[in-house]
Amino acid sequence: MSSRLINWFRYSSPATFYPLAGKLIPWFAALAVLFGVAGLWVGFFVAPTDAQQGEGYRIIFLHVPASWMSMFIYMVMAFWSAVGLSLNTRLSGIMATALAPTGAIFTALSLITGSLWGKPMWGTWWIWDARLTSELLLFFLYLGYIALRAAIDDPRRADRACAVLALVGVVNIPVIYFSVQWWNTLHQGSSISLTRSPSMAHTMLLGMLLVALAAWMYSIAVALTRARAIILERERHTDWVVRLPELNA
Amino acid sequence: MNALLAVIRRDLLLALRRKSEALTALFFFVIVVSLFPLGIGPDPNLLRKIGPGVLWVAALLSTLLGLNRLFADDFADGTLEQMAVSPTPLGWLVAGKILAHWLVSGLPLVLLAPMLGLQFDLPVDALGLLTLGLLIGTPLLSMIGAIGAALTLGLRGGGALLSLIVLPLYVPALIFGAGAVEAQIAGLQAGGHLSLLAAMLALSVFFAPLAVTAAIRIALE
Repeated sequence: MSSRLINWFRYSSPATFYPLAGKLIPWFAALAVLFGVAGLWVGFFVAPTDAQQGEGYRIIFLHVPASWMSMFIYMVMAFWSAVGLSLNTRLSGIMATALAPTGAIFTALSLITGSLWGKPMWGTWWIWDARLTSELLLFFLYLGYIALRAAIDDPRRADRACAVLALVGVVNIPVIYFSVQWWNTLHQGSSISLTRSPSMAHTMLLGMLLVALAAWMYSIAVALTRARAIILERERHTDWVVRLPELNA
Repeated sequence: MNALLAVIRRDLLLALRRKSEALTALFFFVIVVSLFPLGIGPDPNLLRKIGPGVLWVAALLSTLLGLNRLFADDFADGTLEQMAVSPTPLGWLVAGKILAHWLVSGLPLVLLAPMLGLQFDLPVDALGLLTLGLLIGTPLLSMIGAIGAALTLGLRGGGALLSLIVLPLYVPALIFGAGAVEAQIAGLQAGGHLSLLAAMLALSVFFAPLAVTAAIRIALE
């Protein structure tokens, strides 16, 4: 037990994490490409045309994974924030910072693809559906997080203030979700239901899962790359950064 | 308890000495509410429909106005630091400051709301419900806002940043507050909305001072 603990904390130091991340990034990037190509191939060539929605439904192969990732990344951010606040590790704040832009991008992607899908299916770019609305609010939460981070110059204060904000946000996400859902049912009947789950063909589900895996691997690769850049920026005065072989080449 | 009362008394006294700040936020509320009929048109049916929502949105915005002053002065002159090192728990003192902020900025909105609701041709029982909702909701707004105010202490562009952080968190209060009145106008039961609003207030009474205290300690480091 104790040896495992030591192992984990060993990599929580930026100096040891930096080379480890450098080794891991190519693997995650390769996996992202692999899953992405496989998923899109299944999505475009194998999955059958939907009986009700025609070819237009195929955007869900991008939309659903993007929505999943947008929520998942916020949870991971909140997790790192909690770790950072309780254990006071430097790397946790760096990870949370590195994840935020990716999460915001996936949220934006999910909103854009959702509205592209909504136009042919519902005949409108936007409805105040509970899911659309809560996704929009999630986007605002990401923006607030990134803006707060950008406004604080001292990285240690930024890490901790943003950690508090991420935790406040994560407590609020269920409240926001349920309030929006209830608000929606109050305002309009469920004329259009996103929750109806037609017996989805297995190939459709497979394509979606493959793209979701690709999005996951991509997020890890991008977050690690960004984390490495942040580490270099923050630790540029330390000995180990100065002695890095790739900087002296 | 004495410390709490002292903080409330002090903040209220400070607000009394600088009346214009609280009054500006209050008149902002009145003006924003009055702008909507001018922009949308005087049709009473439409106004009755949007009235609760407009009053609530205006209340959110006007609460925001005073928020960045909530801790800023005490932060600048070192009072906040003294509070942090005093033997009284910081959360307790912070609770007093939030309560004083609500008395200065929230309570006047509650008292003014029924009058402004008349401009929107709201029926009498809807007015009562709107006031009750604001009475439960505005302390909630002060609590959540205090978290944002503490997080943005002493930062560049504090005001705009504060709105960006706090407004998404205000959404549930807006939905249930305005929803209660709309449900009542539509002939439905409004009790559920108000109960949920009160539940959120109860939760935030417990959690908000903790988060505010953590944020203040981070800012003071």
